[in-house]
Amino acid sequence: MDKLDDNILVLTNVTKRFGGLVAVDDVSLSIKRGEIFALIGPNGAGKTTLFNNVTGLFKPTSGHVILNGKDITGSRPHEVARLGIARTFQNIRLFDYMTCLDNVRVGRHVRMHAKLWDGLFKLPAERREEERVTEEAMELLRFVGIARQANQYARNLPYGQQRRLEIARALATEPKLLLLDEPAAGFTPQEKVELMALVRKILNRGITVWLIEHDMKVVMGISERIVVLDHGEKIAEGPPEEVRTDPRVIEAYLGKSA
Amino acid sequence: MSNRVAAPPRSILARLRLRERIRDRDTAIYGILLLIALVFPAIALYTSDGSTYLIALAGHAGTYVLLAIGLNVVVGFAGLLDLGYAAFFAIGAYTYALFASQQLLASPIHHAYHFPFWLMMFVGLLIAASAGAVLGFPTLRLRGDYLAIVTLGFGEIVPQVFQNFDQWTGGINAIGGIDQPTLPAWVTGPWAGADSISIVAPFSFSFDPIAYYVLIFILVSVAIVLVNNLHRSRLGRAWMAIREDEVAAAAMGINTVTTKLLAFAIGASFSGFAGAYYGASFGLVSPDDFLFIVSITVLVMIVLGGMGSIPGVIVGAITIYFILNWFLPLLPPAVQSLASSIGLGSLNARSGDWPGLGNETQNVTLLVFGLILVTMMLLRPQGLFPSRVREQELKHATGQEDEAAIEQAHA
Repeated sequence: MDKLDDNILVLTNVTKRFGGLVAVDDVSLSIKRGEIFALIGPNGAGKTTLFNNVTGLFKPTSGHVILNGKDITGSRPHEVARLGIARTFQNIRLFDYMTCLDNVRVGRHVRMHAKLWDGLFKLPAERREEERVTEEAMELLRFVGIARQANQYARNLPYGQQRRLEIARALATEPKLLLLDEPAAGFTPQEKVELMALVRKILNRGITVWLIEHDMKVVMGISERIVVLDHGEKIAEGPPEEVRTDPRVIEAYLGKSA
Repeated sequence: MSNRVAAPPRSILARLRLRERIRDRDTAIYGILLLIALVFPAIALYTSDGSTYLIALAGHAGTYVLLAIGLNVVVGFAGLLDLGYAAFFAIGAYTYALFASQQLLASPIHHAYHFPFWLMMFVGLLIAASAGAVLGFPTLRLRGDYLAIVTLGFGEIVPQVFQNFDQWTGGINAIGGIDQPTLPAWVTGPWAGADSISIVAPFSFSFDPIAYYVLIFILVSVAIVLVNNLHRSRLGRAWMAIREDEVAAAAMGINTVTTKLLAFAIGASFSGFAGAYYGASFGLVSPDDFLFIVSITVLVMIVLGGMGSIPGVIVGAITIYFILNWFLPLLPPAVQSLASSIGLGSLNARSGDWPGLGNETQNVTLLVFGLILVTMMLLRPQGLFPSRVREQELKHATGQEDEAAIEQAHA
């Protein structure tokens, strides 16, 4: 048996039905602490739905989500964030009309302590916390490389920087596990290389990364293990080389050869 | 030598960062408003031969400023459309009226209470805030239009409840004879003039517009400081995040339900505050004072002033209030005297179906109000002094329209 401690996240028989449609079908997988884990699959395979089940946006129809040995199935999104899972979104969901700095400071929200009264009367403890949080947010903006844009509205950033900002905002919640939903979508080859470097830097901070990605080069380049989803079902799991040559995977992506 | 003399004041100025602050638009508006608020009573007294009418009007305008600041928290910061805001205003006013008049003597408990205004102000605040929380708890899961409709219903129900529970509230007969706030003797004591040497009586406001003006000035100032603090706090950022994208906000660890609930309760608490002041300053509280039109007027004030911008909504509230209660009533006599002076005095007389110029103007004052609103919104769709955010949003919105127009032209 695996030691429980090795796995940061374990999904057991997670199923999500929308009426008659089975979006995620009996998926079990486990993610090891400190690895880069990838989830791939054709469009509509249920990858993002699985993310949503883990982060509390949806409640799984059946099955369990276990984070660090604790069952978090059906927890609400803000509870999941507090427990240490942060995410980015496939179609970027920044706070458009807030500055980059404020976007990241919102990410710090869950680790801040100021109560209503502290903010209302600007008590000294609140001021100190605000200063500290601002510094931490700036540090994160530097970490992802957009510190110079700190005072711009998120809306006005170029696409690639928006993706980076979303990662910075997620990191601000101090996650143990970071879920990246197609972080390289729409990137140039150069940007993809930079992204891979950034993901490795995140790993070095002691954060486990689980990513959904279409780009095989990115997936093969950085992930240690891959799970392939098709029609909501897990059809393959293993290291990149193994998965790449799996006939079922090839069939899912390219269709059955005549 | 001259350099040495000049140096210290310069450094003090530098420390105050006066130039920087003046350049900051909001600070400039606050400064101008403060100045106007301070000189207004003197000018009003001087120009109207000691009549305090204008000061009373300004004091009442202050109530609306409080309401606008409160509604701005709900609509401007958190992005929740509340169409029943007057309900909380009513709750605050009735809280004070019931416990500071003879009203409850006639009620089933047969005992009148006379709690002091200064206490009831905060009780009104707490009760209005709890009412906000009670209403918010089941409804804040709704979004956009649905929330607006529920709050609209709440705004209709509350005055109706006060009207129908006439055993307690006097119903349509209103509650009159509401206690005036008093300051204890020690406040007015030693520095209150010659007769302070003798036993000093507590100072009663007794409908003195100047006393009320000072009170509302203090209340509004405190409200501005507190709301500005909130805006720049953890909670203020959470509100903005929810307004921008609720799903992302939740994913970042913000409990959207409690955060929205807080916006509702805090917004309501300002109107509870305003309600107590309103009850005291008029000495009369009637269910008719809190109809839908009040909610809408406050909403118009914040939209026109610039949603989300605190100085904006203050200016908006003052502007709309004075247009409605000072400018429009002045219009008919002004038109009449203008007609007389240019030799069209005959138009002033009633004849046949013509009601006379004065009455005719009276009939169209609300039309004029509508025209003023439409014109202002056309000229400044983002409001008089918009928040930076709102300005950007509209810029992008029009930008997108332009893009769409270009695309259409090329299609």
